[in-house]
Amino acid sequence: MTELVKHDPTTIYIKPTTGLAALNLRDLWVYRELVVFMIWRTLKVRYKQTMLGAAWAVIQPLMTMIVFNFIFGNVAKVPTDNIPYPIFSYTALLPWGLFTNALNQASRSLTANQNMVTKIYFPRLVLPISSVLAGLVDFAIAFVILIGLMFYYQVTPAWNVLWTLPFFLLLSIIVALGVSLWLSAINVQYRDVNYALPFLTQFWLFITPVAYSASVISDKWQLVYSLNPMAGVVNGFRWALLGSGSGPDLALWISVIISLVILVSGLIYFRNMERTFADMI
Amino acid sequence: MTTAIRVENLGKRYKIGTAPTKFQYKMLRDVIVDTATAPVRWARALALANKQPLLDDQPNYIWALKDVSFDLEEGKVLGIVGRNGAGKSTLLKVLSRVTEPTVGTVTVRGRVGSLLEVGTGFHPELTGRENIYMNGAILGMKRAEIDSKFDEIVAFSEVEQFIDTPVKRYSSGMYLRLAFAVAAHLEPEILVVDEVLAVGDAEFQKKCIGKMGDVAQQGRTVLFVSHNMSAILRLTEEAIVLDKGQLIMRGPTQQAVDFYLSSGQAQAGERIWDSDEAPVNAAPFRPIAMRLKDNKGKVIDTVRSIEPVTVEMEYRLEAPLTGLRVGFYLSTMRGEYIITSFDTDDVTKYEKFGARDSGHYISRCTLPADLFNEGRYSLGVNASSFGVRRYFQDEQALAFNVDISGAPGTQWAEPRQGPIRPRLDWSIEKVE
Repeated sequence: MTELVKHDPTTIYIKPTTGLAALNLRDLWVYRELVVFMIWRTLKVRYKQTMLGAAWAVIQPLMTMIVFNFIFGNVAKVPTDNIPYPIFSYTALLPWGLFTNALNQASRSLTANQNMVTKIYFPRLVLPISSVLAGLVDFAIAFVILIGLMFYYQVTPAWNVLWTLPFFLLLSIIVALGVSLWLSAINVQYRDVNYALPFLTQFWLFITPVAYSASVISDKWQLVYSLNPMAGVVNGFRWALLGSGSGPDLALWISVIISLVILVSGLIYFRNMERTFADMI
Repeated sequence: MTTAIRVENLGKRYKIGTAPTKFQYKMLRDVIVDTATAPVRWARALALANKQPLLDDQPNYIWALKDVSFDLEEGKVLGIVGRNGAGKSTLLKVLSRVTEPTVGTVTVRGRVGSLLEVGTGFHPELTGRENIYMNGAILGMKRAEIDSKFDEIVAFSEVEQFIDTPVKRYSSGMYLRLAFAVAAHLEPEILVVDEVLAVGDAEFQKKCIGKMGDVAQQGRTVLFVSHNMSAILRLTEEAIVLDKGQLIMRGPTQQAVDFYLSSGQAQAGERIWDSDEAPVNAAPFRPIAMRLKDNKGKVIDTVRSIEPVTVEMEYRLEAPLTGLRVGFYLSTMRGEYIITSFDTDDVTKYEKFGARDSGHYISRCTLPADLFNEGRYSLGVNASSFGVRRYFQDEQALAFNVDISGAPGTQWAEPRQGPIRPRLDWSIEKVE
């Protein structure tokens, strides 16, 4: 009988996995082109057969900003640390929109691509990751409006925006991806996610300082409040772009740690559920 | 020679109800019920733990694959035959890493490309060109690789003029040709093919079979599943036969195909479905048996072409059904269809039996004498409500032989072309 060449790099061993699955991010790296293609496909298809096309990426945060401006800016007059309300809320709506769009798209990514999951092998992480990253394009389009608002209100960010903004953008991606991994993997088994998600995002919006300023929270609750990593993201965006708030402090580091915990636990949960995806979906 | 695939004691277990049916997922409600009853199940599991191993057959589990072991050398083409539900597709899914085995190991040397279903990842809004790149990437090709094969893929698919049109405007034939073209130009060391040749027009099928032959000649390993015995015979030298998840035979293709055709299926012109054999999702339709009988009511497996023969389907309806039709496919062993017929094809029959109460039924039909030519034929069964649901289907429930002694033209000892051999009424007239 002929022998298999052991330890050949192209040899694949298929056996039942037990215990915790390895994260195996190397496999994901091999399939990086697929991530790019999936993002490209999402973007190509997203605004097909719509009249306004990519303008939707701007309209959504802009309309929300106008509504918020009327209710919170004019009627309720929430304090904004002396920043004009439109730019104050729009700056927060950008990462918030990135986050909610990522959750909406990514939580459905596995079930929407059911035929891929049941027919072909590829690292399943490709699907939620590409859904989350595709949101960056909408973010970039909507960001153009923010630049316009900054000129209009003559807000000049500090020079360190060049690294603080990417940092907080990365943080928002980490939170979005972490939560998305949890939701997409749960959604394979429990479609309740589809129904629960609107409530989840709505509730999350209330506990995140998008429409109001985090400074309205009393000091003794600040630390509890910062357990919400999106609070850290939104405050960070405002600090980086508008110079409001105190900048990096203990609350931010709590947010960073929580974000990483969500991401790593999401990865572990996803990888462990992955072995049953094709059978359960 | 090196081994490309080694399969050792492979088993895959499904929980009944979660396995093959799509769109079946748990709701939190079920989990609450599960959790509430968990202590009882744990107690039972503990009680049983000493008596039987954990993975042993439990009532709500089925083994789609069990104790399957084989080796395959590099550059060989292996056919896999077996009836529906024998585990063929599960085996391919495990080999292509779509699903994990429950027990056992597989060692695969090289990249595995699967044609489990062509066109996976095709998006209707994208153009043909865009879909080629997308689909190529999903199948594991690198961008540069797709670039270099792009023209070849387009030429093979014969859709040049429409390459920049969204595929939602394609005809189903064009769509399929494009999808197969991408998959066929994938160059993995191991290619896994499941029944892709069952679709497309005859000419394209020929082209596909040709392409598969090329792949094999380039020294790549191919695993080929098909119900089309002539394709299996043409493309493979060796085949394995699966039955109820187990490998029951391996040998030269001709022998394996003969074994498959004559085992179980052809026994005495009768196919009986045990209650555990009928798919769960067929309910409320429950097949019992399909039989072939001569005009004296005796079950036969060899039909005399000069005598009529009766095809009988026995089944039970566990609930009333409307719009039901039960019928058969008659085909040659090469997979060419000759007749498709249903018990309620006749409008008056449909009015009377379209809606059927629950109960035990037999649908029976007599095929006239002087119909078949010499050879071997296959009968399949289908029970469905048109446009609503297909309850049960077994494309190859029965096989039978036809003996033509006494048929027209048998005074000349020559084979006659064509699957049918009717007694035609010739008239010969002398005009001059």
